[in-house]
Amino acid sequence: MIQVSHLTKIYGPRTAINDLNFEVKAGEIVGFLGPNGAGKSTTMKILTGLMPASSGTAKIAGFDVFENPIEVKRNVGFLPETPPLYLEMSVTDYLEFAAEIHGVERSQLKKAVSNALEKTALGDVRNRLIGNLSKGYRQRVGLAQALVHDPKVLILDEASVGLDPKQIIEIRQLIKGLGGEHTIILSSHILPEVTATCQRIIVINQGQIVATDTIEQLTRRINKGSTYLMTVQKPILAGIEAFRHLPGVKAVSIHEQRISIELSESTGELRPQLLEAAVKNGMGVLEFTSEKLSLEEIFLQLTTVETPSTSGTGV
Amino acid sequence: MRNIWTIARRDFRAYFTSPIAYIIIAGFMGIMGWMFFWNLSQFNLQNLQHNQFNAGKMMSITDGIIRPVYGNMNVIFLFLVPFITMRLFAEERKQSTLQLLMTAPITLTEIIFGKFLSSFALVGVMLALTLIYPIVLFSAGNPDIGPIVGSYLGTLLLSSCYLSLGILFSSATENQIVAGALTFASGLFFWLINWASQAAGPVWSEVFNYLSLINHYNNFSQGLINSADVLFYLSFIGIGLFLTHRVLDSFRWR
Repeated sequence: MIQVSHLTKIYGPRTAINDLNFEVKAGEIVGFLGPNGAGKSTTMKILTGLMPASSGTAKIAGFDVFENPIEVKRNVGFLPETPPLYLEMSVTDYLEFAAEIHGVERSQLKKAVSNALEKTALGDVRNRLIGNLSKGYRQRVGLAQALVHDPKVLILDEASVGLDPKQIIEIRQLIKGLGGEHTIILSSHILPEVTATCQRIIVINQGQIVATDTIEQLTRRINKGSTYLMTVQKPILAGIEAFRHLPGVKAVSIHEQRISIELSESTGELRPQLLEAAVKNGMGVLEFTSEKLSLEEIFLQLTTVETPSTSGTGV
Repeated sequence: MRNIWTIARRDFRAYFTSPIAYIIIAGFMGIMGWMFFWNLSQFNLQNLQHNQFNAGKMMSITDGIIRPVYGNMNVIFLFLVPFITMRLFAEERKQSTLQLLMTAPITLTEIIFGKFLSSFALVGVMLALTLIYPIVLFSAGNPDIGPIVGSYLGTLLLSSCYLSLGILFSSATENQIVAGALTFASGLFFWLINWASQAAGPVWSEVFNYLSLINHYNNFSQGLINSADVLFYLSFIGIGLFLTHRVLDSFRWR
């Protein structure tokens, strides 16, 4: 549905995005993840035809965003970082206007608007002025605007920014519900958001893709060997020696009552053996956890590790 | 075409959902009403003096009422048009609603024409409300129709030139005050540019005279609709809108 190849955007001396390549299949929800200033918004602006790329191509639904902008725009719904709302209009009027300029037939207008209102649960406020709505509602009106013409592709830039936790959950469920029907690219610098809604994530940093994979795959890829943490009453040396001799244990370090056991790569399940050894030596296990890298840590690793290819990129 | 209409309709309605349109129309009608009344009473007084004491000269309705009233109307439009156009693009930029228009499957030209049409329609409404004056004149006297029709057409074209300047400056900044001030200043500049012709050499004085917006209005106020004047106004409007297109297009390259 979306094909991006060798996309580069240079602002004066600054390279905002550098040689991006990715593909999104129809019906997929893809998270576009990266720290602020990584080039997420730039990529989205190029995809929606707001600005041209310096080089490279992007295709949506088979149309090149530069060659056939009108066809592309007809197939794309866009929610920018700040929802583009006319505060003096009522929700219904606004959505009708948005539908009309996106080429919805006049006879289908009412239906399109009521569909969008229903999907975003805005029925209660349909006749209120947008200026009088709370931030959460406004965000939803923005989302309704993006999907009122039933586009094949939805591009959502920081869709849940500034919402309260309840609203965030609602909007995530909403986005999740829209997958399948629409192809969705969702940008965010908030990780749980991406984990909660997306099937696949593209991590971008300093204008380059540093990883693209499913969340599980990413976790697995980074989690080369894991670490167990054990807190004991008595750190008996014999027990620790027993840990060290288990096959697959790479290193054991001990800090007062806390023992951390590092496993080498592709080691199977070792916890029963470890526990057995601890109990046999009467260490008195208080706590036993496996230390996994959370998505946050993966993200940090991906975006802070210096890769040689980024050295040519300006900041 | 449908897209132009959609944009124009939304913007026209926006004038009336905010106080702008009401304030502008009320101010315009108040001042115009006063001017019409004042000119009418002066006209009556002068002609009365002429008839009874044979003092002064007999004035026609065209010279005594129509030309001064519609001439003043043009000045008032110079003041009011900046308030009409300043929000058109500046507000869209500030509220980032311009992104909505720019990511919709419509062309920049359609957006600009839609905006122009909405402000043009507001000016049209204001002019339509002043039709009461010719109605009064026709019911009480026998004015020439030519200068009236010419004045309306000329005023419409002249204020459209201001509109096109206003739209250009509104697209160039997101600050409405700046847009309004620039519109007024440039409108005044193109109005008064012929003053420079007195000091300029023969070629330049021609050029300055030609560029002056008000010079082209004079024929209209006499009921002469000259295609050269119409063409001048239309090209002025066209250039303003074309430059707006260039300005808006340049955002995409930044």
